[in-house]
Amino acid sequence: MTENTFHYENLRRRSRYAAVFVIMLSAFLAMVMININTGTVDISAAEIGRIIFAGGKEGTEYRIIWLIRMPRVLMAAILGGALSLSGFLLQTFFHNPVAGPYILGISSGAKMTVALVMIFPLGRIGGMSSFALVGAAFAGSLISVGFVLLVSKRLQSMSSLLVAGIMISYICSAVTDFIVTFAEDSDIVNLRGWSMGSFSGMSWGNVKVGALIIGAAFLLTFLLSKPIGAYQMGEAYARSMGVDIRMFRVILIVLSSVFSACVTAFAGPISFVGIAVPQLVKLALQTSKPLIVIPASFLGGAVFCMFCDLTARMAFAPLELNISTVTSVFGAPVVIWMLIRRSAN
Amino acid sequence: MVIVKGRNHNMADYYFRTEDLKVGYEGRALLEGIDICLGRGEILTLVGPNGAGKSTILKSITKQLRLLGGRVIIGEKELPKLTYQELSRKMAVVLTERVRPELMTCRDIVATGRYPYTGRLGILGREDEEKVDEAMELVKVKELGSRLFTALSDGQKQRVLLARAICQEPEILVLDEPTSFLDIKYKLELLAVLRKMAKERGITVIMSLHEIDLAGKVSDKVMPVKAGCVYDYGYPEDIFREEFIRQLYDFDKGSFDPVFGSIELPKAEGEAETMVISACGRGIPVYRRLQKEGIPFIAGILYRNDVDCRLARYLARRVILEEPFRPISDPVYREAKEAALKSRKVIYTDIPWGSCNERLRELLEEVRLREEIVCEYIP
Repeated sequence: MTENTFHYENLRRRSRYAAVFVIMLSAFLAMVMININTGTVDISAAEIGRIIFAGGKEGTEYRIIWLIRMPRVLMAAILGGALSLSGFLLQTFFHNPVAGPYILGISSGAKMTVALVMIFPLGRIGGMSSFALVGAAFAGSLISVGFVLLVSKRLQSMSSLLVAGIMISYICSAVTDFIVTFAEDSDIVNLRGWSMGSFSGMSWGNVKVGALIIGAAFLLTFLLSKPIGAYQMGEAYARSMGVDIRMFRVILIVLSSVFSACVTAFAGPISFVGIAVPQLVKLALQTSKPLIVIPASFLGGAVFCMFCDLTARMAFAPLELNISTVTSVFGAPVVIWMLIRRSAN
Repeated sequence: MVIVKGRNHNMADYYFRTEDLKVGYEGRALLEGIDICLGRGEILTLVGPNGAGKSTILKSITKQLRLLGGRVIIGEKELPKLTYQELSRKMAVVLTERVRPELMTCRDIVATGRYPYTGRLGILGREDEEKVDEAMELVKVKELGSRLFTALSDGQKQRVLLARAICQEPEILVLDEPTSFLDIKYKLELLAVLRKMAKERGITVIMSLHEIDLAGKVSDKVMPVKAGCVYDYGYPEDIFREEFIRQLYDFDKGSFDPVFGSIELPKAEGEAETMVISACGRGIPVYRRLQKEGIPFIAGILYRNDVDCRLARYLARRVILEEPFRPISDPVYREAKEAALKSRKVIYTDIPWGSCNERLRELLEEVRLREEIVCEYIP
């Protein structure tokens, strides 16, 4: 009879969570190592170990490891996690499993403002600081979210929300193209590479800024686990549990915008991670409890993006694919499968 | 309307009060002048037609909707001054809003009732877990425990949500049509649980119900609600009068029986050519069959205290009545005989014969001798 208690069920679940976290952490470490170990220049594992831990500060190999591969893999991890959390928050907010920063046009909004800042004189004063880029992206994200919110107030259904998102995404792309027409050639090259999405060319400066902003946002999100859990029950119930819905909704939107703005500012718009990863993580954990799903989504997003970045770099080396190309290839089928599974229920 | 309020009660005796409450959407008042006073452990049920504003009242007193005027006082505090957090420890709700949580088991759903009592991160302690089990036991949903909430039937969901509300250990419970989707067994069980919670734990209950028969049976007070109309609430026996129910729900066909709280379809139209002779409830299935087939009929001779008589009044074109415990008198016998001989068909059931109803047997014998009258015996 003791087996049929809530306590017992929770114990059983905890062991499942632990197992999933162990697997994800191992995958995380493995991805970091493989990413550092792989590239057009072959560097042996022993050499890498020596460079990282012994700190030999000379030579091309040192520079490749420390200045190119390390920041790149760390950034892929941090931004991947951020993207995945942004998706999770938006799904919670809209009570819609296929909501995500890319599909709702939030990434496009960020892209538009970043392009604007990059091209117009503002951007040229002593080069762009990371913070200015993130700030611009954040403003763009909020513009898109605002539009989607406005539309979603009138439309309740899941599909019309997505249509609204896709429309805003087109509008923002149109504006971006319009801006690009007036840009100088050198800017365009920059913008092209960035607007397709890529983790290449990350510096330690980027990593620091990214880690700072995303770290803070992650902490805040994690501390909001409890009201997020209540919100999953629907607004009215959440209110009856003591959540101040109005305040909470604002915080939720700001947080998800910060996450996706950071990603877009540094790596350009990246598709599907935000939808696919939280869903897969929830399935693996068999729960939607935010306290568990938030860290797991971050970890999962990190692993997923490192894997996709690795594929982007290595699949047709020395040619490098756009990161979105790879994330779409792996992410889109997950979303389609999810939709089918959902309608089958 | 009978007024309950102001029976020399001190206002402080009441746990829940509204004064001149005005409710509605977006600044437009739907109902105003609502005054309610409820003590601890009392059950108030709102009844009334669809769209009357029952849900609007419930949403307003649960702080889901802004009050448009007047006051709501829970315990000692005014509702607008209570934060959502404070309110969540006093009040639990069961709403009509659809809940579609992903990958949450029934226990998880019930556990959300513990929300006001857990820490910053909402981690459940051992005691919380036990309270979840307890609440599920009470509502008899324990066997649903680890099943996914989304995989349940509507009725099961409703019961799990009730367990959730109980788990929240409220002082006042607000339920919006808690019995919809439930079959008869669970309707009764749910209402029995509510009564138990009210009496044993002193929880005040405010709910809306569609089933006026159940409302009369479970509630201490009943408040009729109709769009634009505010009635004073009262004891169920004062509210549930046939005339008033007709007026409240605005129906002129069919009828409502205040004793059993049952409703009946309208009687068949036309000239009655069928007569039913019965007693002691045997006639009831016959009346119902005839009513469904649309055949008008005369019922008699019935004693006023016969249970057949209760229903015959609503379904028969005419009822031939005799005063209780009396031999059948001449005028009544004559009336019945006349009616029987005019009929094409007489349906009779088993009737216990005694010294009083001798003449009914006489009447039946006579009818059976007539060849032009079809006689049907229903055992």
